[in-house]
Amino acid sequence: MTDWLFLAEVCLAGIGAGALYALTGVAFVLIYKATRVVNLAIGEILMLGGYAFLGFAAGWGLPAWAALPLAVLCGGLFGAVVERTLIRPMLGESPISVFMVTVGLGSMLVGAVELGWGADPLRLPEFVPNRPVFIGEAYLAPKVAYGFVAASLVIAAFVLAFRFSRSGVALRATAGDQGAAYSVGIDVPRVFSLAWTAACATAAGAGVLVGSIGGISPTMGVFGLSVLVVVIVGGLDSIMGALVGGLLVGLIEALAGAFLGGEYKLLATFGLLILILMLRPYGLFGTHEIERL
Amino acid sequence: MAEDLVLEVNNIEVVYNRTIQVLRGLSLRVPRGAIVALLGSNGAGKSTTLKAVSRLLPLEDGEITAGQVAFEGEDIGQITPHALVRRGLFHVMEGRRVFEDLTVEENLTAATFALSGRGVPPTPFDLVYSYFPRLYERRKGLAGYLSGGEQQMLAIGRALIAQPKLMLLDEPSLGLSPKLVEEIFSIIARINAEQGVSMLLVEQNAAVAFAVASYGYILETGKVVIDGPTERLVRDQDVREFYLGLGGSGAARKSYREVKHYKRRKRWLS
Repeated sequence: MTDWLFLAEVCLAGIGAGALYALTGVAFVLIYKATRVVNLAIGEILMLGGYAFLGFAAGWGLPAWAALPLAVLCGGLFGAVVERTLIRPMLGESPISVFMVTVGLGSMLVGAVELGWGADPLRLPEFVPNRPVFIGEAYLAPKVAYGFVAASLVIAAFVLAFRFSRSGVALRATAGDQGAAYSVGIDVPRVFSLAWTAACATAAGAGVLVGSIGGISPTMGVFGLSVLVVVIVGGLDSIMGALVGGLLVGLIEALAGAFLGGEYKLLATFGLLILILMLRPYGLFGTHEIERL
Repeated sequence: MAEDLVLEVNNIEVVYNRTIQVLRGLSLRVPRGAIVALLGSNGAGKSTTLKAVSRLLPLEDGEITAGQVAFEGEDIGQITPHALVRRGLFHVMEGRRVFEDLTVEENLTAATFALSGRGVPPTPFDLVYSYFPRLYERRKGLAGYLSGGEQQMLAIGRALIAQPKLMLLDEPSLGLSPKLVEEIFSIIARINAEQGVSMLLVEQNAAVAFAVASYGYILETGKVVIDGPTERLVRDQDVREFYLGLGGSGAARKSYREVKHYKRRKRWLS
């Protein structure tokens, strides 16, 4: 029954890739939930994380265990700076304007990376153990497997922090009603800054994982396009949605790639997007207001 | 001037969107420990006054263009809203504004941010539950599923957590049954007495407001038109007629023509 084995392997690879989509989706949702900003630059920030890792690991010759946290830190710092200098002054402007700012930010990042490292794809130094991973009989590329584990851990940490920590309460309160959040003494601008920092750090980390699998290039920001599908499918303001959406999109892309051919990957993804939007315009888990009876 | 004032509002003018003037030279003061009522019809500027004091105006594109607000003798012109809450000025907003997607407990947790950096021990949630036992029963439930009265209790409960010196209450009676209104106001009076919290109370329901307040201001088109101790206000002929719904001398209902006449006269006087 080799066919079944092949299917299982494709599915596993899809779920592995999906975890990275989910992780980046969580970063996107975090920003959207707290600040209602649709951050289209998330793919480029992810790319920045990959290049930062390359810079630390290959450029400075740091070991991977030091380069990875540094890349994540870089992403977080970058997020904080962007929030403070680009996003906060736009507070109260129309959502389209803010949206365009993030589009511009994405282009600038692509340009900056090309200036620094050139436009050619690069490989990240190997840092994941090479021993093949078998789940049952199915083979799974070790990078994908470790990427999946890392992404799951980070997502789990986010979900727990969101549910149970005091900062999580502040963030959800701000997401629910900004005016009321101010009125109970929550430092709303600080929540914004926190959300951007955490989200961009996460995206940068995801960038390192993605880059370790497929290499990095200035155009890897298109990963963000699939992430956009993920969060729209899952519902823009739902962490759970990002999770399910990520796995779903990863799975469908892998299946389409294996059985229809690589050129049908995006077709399948966006086909899913259209289908979901027709059935559930707010995404699978998007907020519908509580109606009191 | 030896009076100990928690809040002093001097001649403030408020403009929304740089075009619509809502307050025109409004002044009021809240003595420490007192409940002061702010009454007036729709659009008179009551809620705007509260937002001007708690500095939540900028969220709605409003701006104080003249005058000043002093909390505990200090001009609050440059203080951010959350910093003001942390100094002890808590605004219970109109329409309750509980966080619907959070549980009752999480709503109270959110209010603990009001104590950040104040160096006071955290308020036990039991304090809130002792005033509002019903919230205890529903503490794990989402606030969005509470009834209107329970949501109002939660809104006041959040204020209790913040250990404020001054509470701004914006129409706590909004949309509640008369029985609930009575219950909530008796608790408001108890909080005032037991916790020593001063209160500035905005109300449409003048009768209940006068029952708990010691002083009242009546607003019309952004200005104070009548003010005085509540004992005097409840005897005032105009107030009786237009805010308490009690006919003048006779029980006979006055016609709308006379109402108009009254309005004309008052505008001319003020």
